[in-house]
Amino acid sequence: MKPPPLDYLRPATVDEAIAALAADEDAKVLAGGQSLVPLLALRLARPSRLVDICDLGLEGVGEGKEGSIRVGAGVRQRHLELDPAIRTAVPLLADAVGQVGYPSTRNRGTLGGSLAHADPVAELPVVAAALGAVAVAAGPSGTREIPCAELSTGWFSTVLDPAELLTEVRFPAVAGPRHGAAWREWAPRAHDFATAGVGVALDLDASGTCTAVHAAACGIGGSPLVLSDALGSVIGFAAGADPTALLRSVATAAREAAAGGEEDQVELVGLLAARAVADALASAGVAA
Amino acid sequence: MTAVSLEVNGAAVDLDVDPRETLLDVVRHRLGLTGTHGGCEQGACGACTVLLDGDPVRSCLLLAVAAGGHRVTTIEAVGDPGHLHPVQEALSRYHGLQCGYCTPGMVLTVIDLLAHNPHPDEGQAREALAGNLCRCTGYAGLVEAIVALGAAGRP
Repeated sequence: MKPPPLDYLRPATVDEAIAALAADEDAKVLAGGQSLVPLLALRLARPSRLVDICDLGLEGVGEGKEGSIRVGAGVRQRHLELDPAIRTAVPLLADAVGQVGYPSTRNRGTLGGSLAHADPVAELPVVAAALGAVAVAAGPSGTREIPCAELSTGWFSTVLDPAELLTEVRFPAVAGPRHGAAWREWAPRAHDFATAGVGVALDLDASGTCTAVHAAACGIGGSPLVLSDALGSVIGFAAGADPTALLRSVATAAREAAAGGEEDQVELVGLLAARAVADALASAGVAA
Repeated sequence: MTAVSLEVNGAAVDLDVDPRETLLDVVRHRLGLTGTHGGCEQGACGACTVLLDGDPVRSCLLLAVAAGGHRVTTIEAVGDPGHLHPVQEALSRYHGLQCGYCTPGMVLTVIDLLAHNPHPDEGQAREALAGNLCRCTGYAGLVEAIVALGAAGRP
């Protein structure tokens, strides 16, 4: 359980980091290390060199265009969990990140690291995909924007070039006068890897009628499964209406969207979608 | 080898490390601070928890070279045999330890829990311990100790 021999580089700028990655195809980005270092310890990863990106100044959180929230790729998960500004601006992210590992891993693990690692049952890639967030990647030929729903290409794989690194993730502003969000997952042991999970964010008008739904799941295949269209029946649901039929239709629609996945996971995605919708409505002050 | 400078329990430390050496191995084998225990060495058990700039981290998942410039606190800096830290005192009183292997990680984890949530209930106590494995005495005494600590501090 010891990492293999490797070189370590801690560049001071994004350009230096990209150059180091481009110069050595076996080099690997070290972000928070909470997934990579276990892989090193297990000798499942044997990079020639680690390019530690902790000094690149990627820890900022701020407002972007049209009220979007810009979160630096290096922002620690524990910060996402505890920052009241994140809880207000991106409540689904704040709710889900509490399920990522433990406080002691969240103190090191980063947003960008989780997205780039692309674990098929990780929470943060699913949240980013559900909300229509956009990742910014810097590489040898400049920067590009990648919709987070298109970032993962399957199990632990992304569209990122080996010499690219994520610098920032832009989350759209919460819309509507009222908003609700909930992440629900099932894991055999608390905070261990989830078998399946669903995140739901709802926009509501002032009267409590749902005007938009953003949702995605993990546990089906190797990438986040976006459910926003599948759960369209939530739109129009109004405060005071009987939620039973709604939640049943949500579960059915989520199961249908997950068809082709493992049987247990398909069932779980249905149940978790219904639970997440109910809890998202409740968090917006609408009983379901 | 790479030169690294960090602060450990208040003292400046300068050493040359192999980049693959974890902070766990450096505090134990180079600095002789064997209170930090290595369990799984892959981030699953929490026995190797230390504080980095005051926040708990798993020292087996942190390369020592990446800890350069940071402040590390190990269990050796928490209480002493004559004056136990209140968390150590409570673990002792409520039988929250038996073999003691997980205890250093437990103590630092509980100190961090109480810093963020001074009055945890039983569910919050159990949640906070989810990342620290105990394989002998179990969690009942630990949870009791945490709830008692929270209740004692309640106004």
